[in-house]
Amino acid sequence: MSLSKRIIACLDVRDGSVVKGINFEGLRDAGDPATLARRYNREGIDEVVILDVTATIEKRKALAETIQAVAREIFLPLCVGGGIRGEGHAEAAIEAGADKVGINTAALAHPELITTLARRYGSQAIIVAIDAKREDDRFKMYVRSGQQGTDRDAVEWAREAADRGAGEILLTSIDRDGTKQGFDCELTAAVSSAVPIPVIASGGAGSFGHFVDVFTEGQADAALAASIFHYAEHAVEDLKTHLHEHGIPVRLGALQKSELRSPKSE
Amino acid sequence: MISLIDYGAGNLTSVRKALAHLGVTATTPRAPADLTSADGIIVPGVGNFAVTAELGPDWRAAILDQVGRQRPLLGICVGMQWLFDGSEEAPGHAGLELLPGTCRLLTDETVVDERMDDSTSRVEGSAGMGRFKVPHVGWNSLHLTKQSWLLDGVDEGDQVYFTHSFAAPLTADCVGATRHGVEFAAAVERDHVGGVQFHPEKSSDVGLRILQNFLRKVS
Repeated sequence: MSLSKRIIACLDVRDGSVVKGINFEGLRDAGDPATLARRYNREGIDEVVILDVTATIEKRKALAETIQAVAREIFLPLCVGGGIRGEGHAEAAIEAGADKVGINTAALAHPELITTLARRYGSQAIIVAIDAKREDDRFKMYVRSGQQGTDRDAVEWAREAADRGAGEILLTSIDRDGTKQGFDCELTAAVSSAVPIPVIASGGAGSFGHFVDVFTEGQADAALAASIFHYAEHAVEDLKTHLHEHGIPVRLGALQKSELRSPKSE
Repeated sequence: MISLIDYGAGNLTSVRKALAHLGVTATTPRAPADLTSADGIIVPGVGNFAVTAELGPDWRAAILDQVGRQRPLLGICVGMQWLFDGSEEAPGHAGLELLPGTCRLLTDETVVDERMDDSTSRVEGSAGMGRFKVPHVGWNSLHLTKQSWLLDGVDEGDQVYFTHSFAAPLTADCVGATRHGVEFAAAVERDHVGGVQFHPEKSSDVGLRILQNFLRKVS
């Protein structure tokens, strides 16, 4: 009995549809966010993240509708990120049904935003997203969807974000994102051991074994993935069974519980 | 009719949505006097214990009056902590004092409240994977400690979603315990007053079952 490692499905949403680059072939439509969320819920996903990959001003109304549609389908924690620039955007996301908001570029530009939002909504509602890339011996922080380098060290920034009131860190390895070569366990462990708050690892999930690695070697509290779940039915269930068999504490679905309890699987 | 108390502690949308899914419309009373028409009361909550100070003496009196009239009351997260004497998080703010005990910061050591009932058995230690972190965020299992209307139909080991840093002590009112560093009261009940530290509205089927149990107590 202990806190389960969380499996989080990320829905990259553009214009109301889920999109994801697959095998470097560019963005492909992976379907309706609410339909996917409903399937993941049935398969036992622990949490859902909606990442607005357009995040332009005119599209924010469409985002609110997407949040509402997903929130109607699932009784699970729901986080919304992408283009949250200030209190107004955070408020709109939370009013539409988000439990947490993820802030990235705006948090670095205005670190006091972390504290402002944490005071208003509680730390549990504020996730600071960090995109990091290996450079020499360190992990350098990038902003603007990985387009712009900064002079900040990712581990040091994670510590500051936690001090300022962030409730969780969503840590993405730019080097691994989309490669399916596995999470950057070294990066994840460096951040996870530096902060007292939970760390969600992201970027590089390609096999079930990668999740085992990031929960052991990487000391992650949660792991996030997108395409590994989008195109395979039952991937969430199968992943959780795999983790359970490898001694990682996970929340199993009702169906899995009964299967694991039945004599034939003993 | 369910009264969902709004004291500015974040969003009521999720709880309202879960109740709607179960076929119940919740109203938000504007004034303490509105509570007289409530069949049951839910006090939700996230964030700091100090925000419960928004519920001034007249709200407290109105809620306690309804509890005295046998109206079921459910506290969620900080709303559950508010049922107790108070919390170390905000020492100047008294709780509703319906249940004895003080909520404390989760720490990685075993502290057992002296009021712990002998019948409350202990859960096993954690698997020890990774560092102990606060806030306690995520899915953790319930150890059923007593016969309970609130947790009726919930199985030993069923998981629910937590996000909190402070927690209520193990007392005779505990019906479900969870361990994160220390073992704490995840669900409490005394007569028709119930409380859950986790978020039933975010705990998938198990959470909906628990809300359903509360609604059954109301009707």
